[in-house]
Amino acid sequence: MNLRELDAQETGRRIGDVILAVDSVSLAFGGVKALTDVSFDVREHEIRAIIGPNGAGKSSMLNVINGVYHPQSGRITYLGKTEAAMRPHDAARRGIARTFQSLALFKGMSVLENILAGRNLMMKSNLLLQALRVGPALREEIAHRKRCEEIIDFLEIQHVRKTQVGRLPYGLQKRVDLGRALAAEPRVLLLDEPMAGMNVEEKQDMSRFILDVNDEFGTTIVLIEHDMGVVMDLSDRVVVLDYGRKIADGTPDEVRASQAVIDAYLGVKH
Amino acid sequence: MALQAGTPDTFPKLLLQHAAGRGNDPAIREKDLGIWQTWTWRGMRDEIEWLACGLAQAGLAPGAHIAVIGANRPRLYWTLTAAQALGAIPVPFYEDAVANEMTYVFQDAEIAFAVVEDQEQADKLFEIMPQCPKLRHIWYDDARGLKHYTQPELASYESLREAGRAYAKANPGFFAERIAAGKGGDPAIMMYTSGTTGNPKGVVLTHDNLVLSSRAYAELEGLRPEEEVLAYLPMAWIGQNLFSYAQWMAVGFRINCIESGETMLTDMREIGPTYYFAPPRVLEALLTQVTIRMEDASAGKRWIFRHFMDLARRVGARILDGEPVPALERLHYAIGKLLVYGPLRNALGMSRIRVAYTAGEAIGPDLFVFYRSLGINLKQLYGSTETSVMVCVQPNGQVKPDTVGPPMKGVEVRVLDSGEIVLKCPGLFRAYYKNDDATREAKDAEGWFHTGDAGFFDETGHLKIIDRAKDVGKLSDGTLFAPKYLENKLKFFPYVKEAVAFGHAKAEATAMINIDVQAVGDWAERRGIPYSGYTDLAAKAQVVDLIRECVEKVNADLARDPKLSGSQIHRFVILHKELDADDGELTRTRKVRRGFIGEKYATIVDALYSGTERCLVEAQVRFEDGRTGTVRAELPINRAKTFAAEPARAAA
Repeated sequence: MNLRELDAQETGRRIGDVILAVDSVSLAFGGVKALTDVSFDVREHEIRAIIGPNGAGKSSMLNVINGVYHPQSGRITYLGKTEAAMRPHDAARRGIARTFQSLALFKGMSVLENILAGRNLMMKSNLLLQALRVGPALREEIAHRKRCEEIIDFLEIQHVRKTQVGRLPYGLQKRVDLGRALAAEPRVLLLDEPMAGMNVEEKQDMSRFILDVNDEFGTTIVLIEHDMGVVMDLSDRVVVLDYGRKIADGTPDEVRASQAVIDAYLGVKH
Repeated sequence: MALQAGTPDTFPKLLLQHAAGRGNDPAIREKDLGIWQTWTWRGMRDEIEWLACGLAQAGLAPGAHIAVIGANRPRLYWTLTAAQALGAIPVPFYEDAVANEMTYVFQDAEIAFAVVEDQEQADKLFEIMPQCPKLRHIWYDDARGLKHYTQPELASYESLREAGRAYAKANPGFFAERIAAGKGGDPAIMMYTSGTTGNPKGVVLTHDNLVLSSRAYAELEGLRPEEEVLAYLPMAWIGQNLFSYAQWMAVGFRINCIESGETMLTDMREIGPTYYFAPPRVLEALLTQVTIRMEDASAGKRWIFRHFMDLARRVGARILDGEPVPALERLHYAIGKLLVYGPLRNALGMSRIRVAYTAGEAIGPDLFVFYRSLGINLKQLYGSTETSVMVCVQPNGQVKPDTVGPPMKGVEVRVLDSGEIVLKCPGLFRAYYKNDDATREAKDAEGWFHTGDAGFFDETGHLKIIDRAKDVGKLSDGTLFAPKYLENKLKFFPYVKEAVAFGHAKAEATAMINIDVQAVGDWAERRGIPYSGYTDLAAKAQVVDLIRECVEKVNADLARDPKLSGSQIHRFVILHKELDADDGELTRTRKVRRGFIGEKYATIVDALYSGTERCLVEAQVRFEDGRTGTVRAELPINRAKTFAAEPARAAA
């Protein structure tokens, strides 16, 4: 008997209103259409998965959400504010954090320093005070350090706290990347293939951490993942892309039953 | 410490004494969020008072049992004392025990209360709850993941503490009164023996048992309140309990709870313990780490390391024992201390160690001598849960790797004709819980405790242990066969992780072997032998040859002993899977369960004696998530050279 599942059914995570909506977004690089007229929404506290075959436009979609790419048409509504495009620093400031498929960590810095770097936006005191470590800057640093240590504790990476990130195995680096994103205390967390290249055990660990983040901090999670088993187990709702178009949207069971999805994944006879 | 009349005779009384006399001294530390947090004796006294009041209100009655499950955490240690203050009896559990192993103990001890570390342990208790209807209350220390649990039995440690705090405020005399009512002869703790055969037995130890045993150690080693001790071994193990709880309370030193199992080495370096206790497998793991790192070092450094380690092996232990050593060698050793031994001890976190003990299983002579040659006063001791680990200790200056030293003061030891060791000591347990038959079997009418170990005294009066008395068997021609002795000799090779020897009532001795993936894997890598995992590595022909060499060295060694030369190992099998406690093949303290393995792998045992070349096996494995699966493999039966007995040398 899995108590966690039983429990989740009984109490239910309180899924709230729409926090982020993408409306008719189209994105093209020259002649290549990465996204065509894609619309979906994300509710607060839910785990929302974006899946699709290679080149379906999943990562482009994430990049649109946090403002790295600016779509040619369409609108994005985040926290009630509708814009034609997000800007990365704005997205970060307003509570959208992300991890990267091909890790974006400072390899020469320790785990702790990498996670501290994730709190950079939240530093209030100016650079000079921070460098001198005096007065309010020192107090602030202590508070930030405490928060980072809580994240280290949460992700169970105490034993590598002071280890250079570049020397860690891949699975742990992924966890540090998640830690860095969490350090910003995001409302929405974008995870780009958090389990790519992991073995089964590492995937199980990562799945548990994602569920725990969602559960403990109430963080809304948008994730891209290839492993269908993982996606179906983790997500509340799934949106399926194929060649830049949305072909299905719904609960894992609905998506699994959709003929368009089966065709896209298994191929169709012509 | 002087022993005077009127000294506290229970742990809670000892707590009050420390809190009153030296309340501001640190008592316990825990590394939390990367920083060592300290509680003083006075602060700890208050915490324990509140906890005891909370437990009393929840209905914990004198004589009742309370489960304590988790890693080394201050709050779990406080639970021990709080329960003892109420006259209740704590029962610690191994934190990695699977749920159904706990069922028996919960039923046997009729446990209604449990204080657990986290969600993992709480989940296990909810799993066994249908079989343990008496279990009413579960308090947890770490709330993570438990937010949505709605079970009425579950509550946080904080809620218990706050309820107790309110009660303590309203009834300020309660705590002291209950403690004053306690007597030294009351049961202090119940520890379940890991049970190599049958169900575990609850060993009831009194305050007197543990306090007297602790004081004997304190006197012997001159333990002081300034000692720093690292708490990192399972709380359910008597060794941990005696060294980090009983002696802690008796002497009043400081214990330091590590952050997690993986940070042990870092935490140890930060604390720099002065008094240290480690089973051989921990010492072995530390040495392996050092060796592997040295192999990655530059050629010059490796040369310096080897040069000085050779010197240390020659003279280090003798210098430590105060034996005469030529001045030039002493000077040489002093240089080595500056260049190698000092930095190495620092890297191991052992710079400040005054006394270190090892026990729990036999330690390889190489491993033992390695630490002693660095100038670390590592000593062996002999004892068991039933004796509060108070039987024999190697005295300073007279340490021999193959004995456990003479009996401690106040301990009487005799060796029966059968070879079994029997003894009387102040730490001797009161009884097995609800198991008079077993108690009578272990403690005879005259009060001698039958240890079940076989051994003998050497010419200097030091005790030498060879095996469990019941395991000592005979080959079909009547030759003595001590399986543990053979297994240990095999395990002393770094490439052999576990070994199981067979031979009782058979014509020849044989063995099953588990290779050490780390050591053999490293060896294979250096030779460019590719492998995918344990099973693949174990099946490589080169690995078989490597292990055969080890077996043959053991045989050559056995040939020198007239009593044991007949029990040389003729054939062996390298097992396709690692023996695991989760599969019931090892006990939780990682001792092999020979009988169980013999039954489970009966096909292999048959093949070892039937003269076949290969045998097909299927084994059930239990994965960490509780599911089971089967592993299939075809194993070759390997032969090893044996040697003729050498009577001339054996007589010398």
